[in-house]
Order: sequence, then C-alpha cells, then structure tokens
Amino acid sequence: MSDLPLIQADRAVPSPAATTTAPRGRGRRLRLLSRTDRVVVTLMVLVPLLLVVGLVWLPAVATVALSGTDWDGIGPLGDIEWVGGRNYTDVVQNYPPFGPAVQNNLLWLAALFAVATPFGMFLAVLLDKELRATRFYQTALYLPVVLSLALIGFVWQLLYSRDQGLVNAVLGTDVDWYGDPDVNIWAVLLAAGWRHVGYIMLLYLAGLKGVDPSLREASAVDGASESRTFFSVIFPVLRPINIIVLVVTVIESLRAFDLVWVVNKGRNGLELLSALVTQNVVGEASRIGFGSALATIMLVVSLVFITVYLVTVMREGRR
Amino acid sequence: MTTTTAGPRAGATPPTARRRPPRPQRVVLHVFLAAVAVGWLFPILWAVLTSLRSYEYTATNGYVSLGGWTLDNYVTAWRTAEFGRHLLNSAYITVPAVLLTLLLASCVAFVIARFSWRTNIVLLGLFTAANLLPQQALLIPLFRLFTQVPLPAFMSDSELLYDSYWGLILVNVAFQCGFCVFVLSNYMKALPRDLYEAAMVDGASVWRQYWQVTMPLCRPALAALATLEVTWIYNEFFWATVLMRTGDKFPVTSSLNNLRGEFFTDNNLVSAGSVLVAIPTLVIFFLLQKQFVRGLTLGASKG
Repeated sequence: MSDLPLIQADRAVPSPAATTTAPRGRGRRLRLLSRTDRVVVTLMVLVPLLLVVGLVWLPAVATVALSGTDWDGIGPLGDIEWVGGRNYTDVVQNYPPFGPAVQNNLLWLAALFAVATPFGMFLAVLLDKELRATRFYQTALYLPVVLSLALIGFVWQLLYSRDQGLVNAVLGTDVDWYGDPDVNIWAVLLAAGWRHVGYIMLLYLAGLKGVDPSLREASAVDGASESRTFFSVIFPVLRPINIIVLVVTVIESLRAFDLVWVVNKGRNGLELLSALVTQNVVGEASRIGFGSALATIMLVVSLVFITVYLVTVMREGRR
Repeated sequence: MTTTTAGPRAGATPPTARRRPPRPQRVVLHVFLAAVAVGWLFPILWAVLTSLRSYEYTATNGYVSLGGWTLDNYVTAWRTAEFGRHLLNSAYITVPAVLLTLLLASCVAFVIARFSWRTNIVLLGLFTAANLLPQQALLIPLFRLFTQVPLPAFMSDSELLYDSYWGLILVNVAFQCGFCVFVLSNYMKALPRDLYEAAMVDGASVWRQYWQVTMPLCRPALAALATLEVTWIYNEFFWATVLMRTGDKFPVTSSLNNLRGEFFTDNNLVSAGSVLVAIPTLVIFFLLQKQFVRGLTLGASKG
C-alpha cells in the first residue's frame, strides 16, 4: 500500500472526535485538513454513529442494566429497585418455558450446523465443477434466500396443514405438523434449513471460486483423490469462510424468530429465547426486568461469537 | 475486489473434455443435482399451484388432484387483505431506509477507508457488530424509547415514534448500516490511493473527494448493496411487528400475520397471499440476481 504523505501524518492523530489530542498532532492535522473539512469529516462519522449508538448500543447497555431491576415498565424510573441476580434465578428456576427454549435454540443450532451447513457446502463443491445447467441448479437452491422467514412459514403451511396440507394427503397421516408440540419444532427446522442451505451454498461457492486453481492441480499431480484434495487442501484454505459460516449459523440460530412467531408466537413446542423476550415485553404481562434478563443471556452469547467474527474479518482485511 | 460469482474458471476444464461421451459419474451428478433443485423449488411451485385453484374444487377432490383453475384467489386475497395499501406501506419504509442506509454507511466507510486513524478499527467494529446483535435482545429499551419520543402530528398520527413509519425507518437504518459500512469500507480501501492525491492537487475538499471521486467508483458495490438491502428491509418482520400497532400501517411482510385470522380455513387464499408478498422479492431476484449474489458474497469474502 502506498501511503500519501497526508495519510502518514494523520496516522499519528486520533479521530476528530477525540478533542484532547496533543498539540503537536493537532497542529499537523490543521495544516492538512481545512476547518470545513474537519467539520465535514466529523459530521460524516458522527451522524451515523449517533444513530447506531442510540438505537443499538445504548439499548444493549440498558437491557443489561434493567436485567438487575424489578421494573414493571409502568412506574416512574425513580421507583426502580435493584434486585441483583434475582431475575436470573427466576429465569432458570421458576420459568417453565426457559428450559424448552434453550433446548430448541440449541436444537436449531445443531440442525443448521450439522445438517444444513454441511449439505450447503457439499452442494457448493458439486456446483463448483464445470457443469452444464449449473445456473439452474444454483438459482433453484438460493431462491428461498430471498424470501422472508415469515413468508416461508406460510409457504410451508401449505404442506404442513392438517386438513389441507400435502404431507398428510400423501402420507395418509393425520398430524398437525405445526401444532403438535412433539413434531412442530422439526417441521419448522426443515423449513429453516431449506433456506439456510441455499445461503451457505452461496457463501462457499464464492469462497471456492477464490481458491487458487494451482492448489488443486498440484494436489491432482500428487495423485490425491477428489475428496482428499477437498479435505486436506481446499477446506483449510477456506478457513475465513468457515469461520464466517460458523458465526452466521450461530447468530441465525440465536436470532431465529419470524418463523415461530408466525406459526404460533413461540408457544407450545416452539419456544425460543427471542420469542420469550418478545412475549414478556409486548404481551399482557410486561415484566421488564425479567425479560431483560432473558435478553441479556442472548446478548452475551451473541457477543462472544460476534467478537470471533470481527477478529476473523479484520485480520483478513489487513492481509 | 474481484469476487467472481458465476462463470467458468479459466483453465479448469481441458478443451478435450467436451468431445468425450458423458461419464457415468457426471450423469449421476446431474441426476442428483436436478433432483435436489426440483425438491428445493417444490414448496414455492406448490404455493403457486395451490393459489391458482378454487377452494371448492380442492375441498371436494383433495389437493392431490388437478383442476379447478381460477384466478379468483388473487382477486379475493388482494381485496380482503388490502395488499395494495400494505405494499405501499412497505415502499414508504423500504425506499427511504435503503437510501439513508447507503448514504450514512458510505460516509462512515469513506472516512474509515480514506484516513488511517487508529480509532477506525473501533468504529468499524461498532458498526459491524451492531448488525449482528439479536434484535429481540434490544427490544425492551427500544420499545420504551419509542413510546416516549413524541413526533408532531403531521409526521405520524400516533404522535409518537412508536407506530410511525419514521421509527421503523430509523431502526432499520441503524441495524443495516453496519453491514454496508463493512462492505463499503473494504471496497473503498481497494481503490487506488493516487485518486485522492490527484483530487487534493486539484484542491478538492473532503466532501468532494467523497461525493465526486469515491462514490462514482463504488457504483457496483452500491448497486449490490441496494439490491440486498431492499430485499432485507422489505422482508423485515420483527420490528414492524412490535413497533407498529395500527393494522392499516403495517408493511406487507408483517401484515401477513394478520391475514392468518382472515384466511384461516382457506389454504388457497393463504397461498395466493404468499405469492403476492413474494412477487416483489422474486422480481428483484430474477432481474438483479447478479447484484443480489454479489452483495451477499461481498460481505462474507473480502474478494
């Protein structure tokens, strides 16, 4: 990278937001950016930053703070009492849907991770070959990715409905696939996996196109089989994509919401953490502190994986 | 930024391969892929098929039959569910939100890419991570905030940020900015630096460098992101469900849930409604498929 003199000079200087800069740094920058330019740069960063901090990060902090209180959401903020970890013990011990929700979220993750993701990757490997009609195959596979998960819930209802669904008509069964708490999570997972496969296929396909062809050739010259080449040569090279796919899968499983909400608002076999949080806020019983404890659990889990993601992509970005 | 999404990889197939008769392995591969592709399309095709048949016919003959073709379901669904109104609501939210997201994100991305400040990495992290947080975890404070912030009556008849298009636009922009900042800053970093040198020699201000030098060069990335963001914001379900109250104001994706009651016993109507909701995204998909795919993969691989 060839740096302009300006860039090198600026490197010594922190962002325009940090006004407590050493006078020397300030002086240097003054010469390089005019007053108007400094105002413009500050605004270019500040306006979007205020929006994101105000509508994403401050609410995130507030969620964590509220999780230690007993606020009912009605009384004035002054009445809030600190209850420490009581909401968390309540969540774990006195809230029957919590166990099933954690279980379902983990099941969601397991199904996407162990079935949908490998299948998407497998299809990407197949489609990466020079094939006739590859465009048709690809298009068919990622078509579901453009549909919202809410809409997918409706589309699959046509297959799952007890009286009018195709599945029961073909199998001669009488199962309410969306309603029966023993099977509905699997029915919903099939629909979610249907969309996930296409997404993963796309990501890996792009990754595979970027792999240096000489790697493959070298491996073929060495007499390695196709699967051997993939697992010991190609797959390790795809490491950044693998990590991104892993994080995408975890985040998707944690954020899963739309599909169960359109089916039955996340009750009766379809409990998910996201749905429980929503029920506790917009439902009849507005238990703010309690709902915040649930939300904080989600936040903490997601932040772990977001950090992994950021470290990966930023390291990639430096290369 | 050279993420190729489709098209032949140079030199992967020797030219002699074409003349040979198809190997059995290839035939198996094609049969398998074709079966999967048809299986994948099936739920969508089934919805289209069901939507084109009359309820009376399928009620008598079952769904595993053929006949009873009609377009009445679309007429009924359009009228009872007021799809025209809801599609318009979606446009009111999606169009400004996408434009604002791209504008704000490109500003931040420009600063991150143009200057080498140490805080840039923090800035990039703040934006990118915001896009990945689970929305439901932020619902409680946002819900309270939205019910407290007043808006003048001419902006929203709810006189609050809650139950207004403004609120939904803002929340969508806040959440989508991160992804666009990430993609655009990578894209802008790959632009040749001499451009700015030349611009500075000409005495161009920072704003002109952004608007007249960088932005025109980012058209491909902006087009890909616009396609993707239109789809995502149009498909957005959660915020509209929890931050809207008036039935008439729901965008179309969230209004789906209200249809459930109205169409309760009639799957043919449900399918017609689903197809209607899917049409805008499907049109985008088929017209701008390349942009869509490039947008998604730009975010994942730096290209």
